[in-house]
Amino acid sequence: MDPFFLEALVNGILLGGVFALPALGLNLVFGVVDVVWLCYAELVMVGMYAVWFLHTQAGWPLWLAFAACLPVVALLGLLLHLLVVRPLLNSPPINQVLATGGVLFVLQGAATLVFSTEFRSLGVDMPPMEVGEVFVSGTKLAAFVAALTGAGILWAFLKFTYVGTAIRAIARDREVMPLMGVDPQRIYLIASAVGGALAGLAACLLVVQLDVHPFVGLSFGPITFMICVMGGLGNMLGGFLAAFLMGLIISVGGFWGTTEFSYVVAFAFFILVMFLRPKGLFAR
Amino acid sequence: MSAALHQEAGSTLELSGIQAGYGDFQALFGVSLRVEPGEAVGVVGPNGAGKTTLLRAISGLIRPRAGTLRYGGQDLTAVPPHMLPGMGIAHVPENRRLFPHLTVEENLKVGAFTKAARARFEQRREHVFELFPRMKQRRHQLAGTMSGGEQQMCAIGRALMSGPRILLLDEPSAGLAPLVVQQVFELVRRIRQEGLTVLIVEQNVAQVLRVVDRAYVLETGRVAAEGRSAELAADPAIRRSYLGGH
Repeated sequence: MDPFFLEALVNGILLGGVFALPALGLNLVFGVVDVVWLCYAELVMVGMYAVWFLHTQAGWPLWLAFAACLPVVALLGLLLHLLVVRPLLNSPPINQVLATGGVLFVLQGAATLVFSTEFRSLGVDMPPMEVGEVFVSGTKLAAFVAALTGAGILWAFLKFTYVGTAIRAIARDREVMPLMGVDPQRIYLIASAVGGALAGLAACLLVVQLDVHPFVGLSFGPITFMICVMGGLGNMLGGFLAAFLMGLIISVGGFWGTTEFSYVVAFAFFILVMFLRPKGLFAR
Repeated sequence: MSAALHQEAGSTLELSGIQAGYGDFQALFGVSLRVEPGEAVGVVGPNGAGKTTLLRAISGLIRPRAGTLRYGGQDLTAVPPHMLPGMGIAHVPENRRLFPHLTVEENLKVGAFTKAARARFEQRREHVFELFPRMKQRRHQLAGTMSGGEQQMCAIGRALMSGPRILLLDEPSAGLAPLVVQQVFELVRRIRQEGLTVLIVEQNVAQVLRVVDRAYVLETGRVAAEGRSAELAADPAIRRSYLGGH
């Protein structure tokens, strides 16, 4: 096989791993709370700034900045739920979408005020590794491994803990949960914090690959939403698989054309899927 | 072994003048009812009499508009619904409401969500498996793939996982084949023998009167009759309306 094509395939899988995290977080929150966090990519953006600030401005070691980023964005998810989503839980869905969409602009505006529109770079890179005939970016490989580890921890949490089992249950039947002794409001809070933590982890993996600026969310936010809808909104496994599919399409599309062209292919594929399987690729 | 299920004898459940409904629709017009610890009490009546609404009002899924609702002297209308399992009240809802995409064991786990129940999860799970050996065989099967009777067993088992003193059962025989209905009522009898208080709502009047000590007949949201099971079963009016007798 053409080593460049092989390299595109490998990069696609690595890219998919990074898309998978925000897709999991968004699906988790939607499945449990039944509200779409339209500002999800902007939570990631705030996390990227947090890492950049703590590392390059405050002089923290990188690992410590990463470790701080998760609780910071988890807290942001909690606040988003308490201040914006909770008061609107019984409102029409359009109001919920408009409100979290409003938070998107607030976060973009706040980031512009605080950090200006300048592109900020973390300035770290790991040397590429040669595997067979293929060169793989060390940074991307490390991000991929971290993403899979995060997804694995999430899976174990949902599978083996009482709270995780209740989260999977509430996604199907919220009305019956009080009869199990479960306070739905508490589960919403936990899911929002975990959704935030996933955005925080995604921020750590993206900030080493992308410069951060107030509108950086636009470069992966729309793709994340497409992935979630393609996998079936609220379907965690579907979103996880769709993330890899999207990563491959973009990477291989870029191999045959330009990067911009690869996004055209990805969006066209998304539109096609919506025509053929409106409820998502993995809907039962 | 019954110690695994419940800690104490429990308290008296007492409803007085309960009115409840949904929006403009009123389902209950002043229902009064009493269940003593250790008793098995039935609420029978036709479809739409308000039987399910009654149980939903007791467990706080809807709030009564008027009347009092007390368990052991505590006002239940002031308690958030998710606190009730911790107080020893478990509710097996209409249509079972299992989590179909979770396994049998995961359903039991959700039923043991409260802190006190988690500490005794394994002990109670073994007890449920003893009561329903079929559940042990199917513990790793998705609940939604089981037969109706098995799902009913799983729903009762899930409720038992919280260690209740009183069990509220909503139409456990609904949608089941006659032979399975027999099995479900046999299980209710066994649960009773373990000392659990049972309040059971049923359309299957003939069967339920054989299991309970006393029953209330609910018609269009009002208690039309009440009495000991044997008396009700012998009452000509009730035989005519509900037992197909002459």
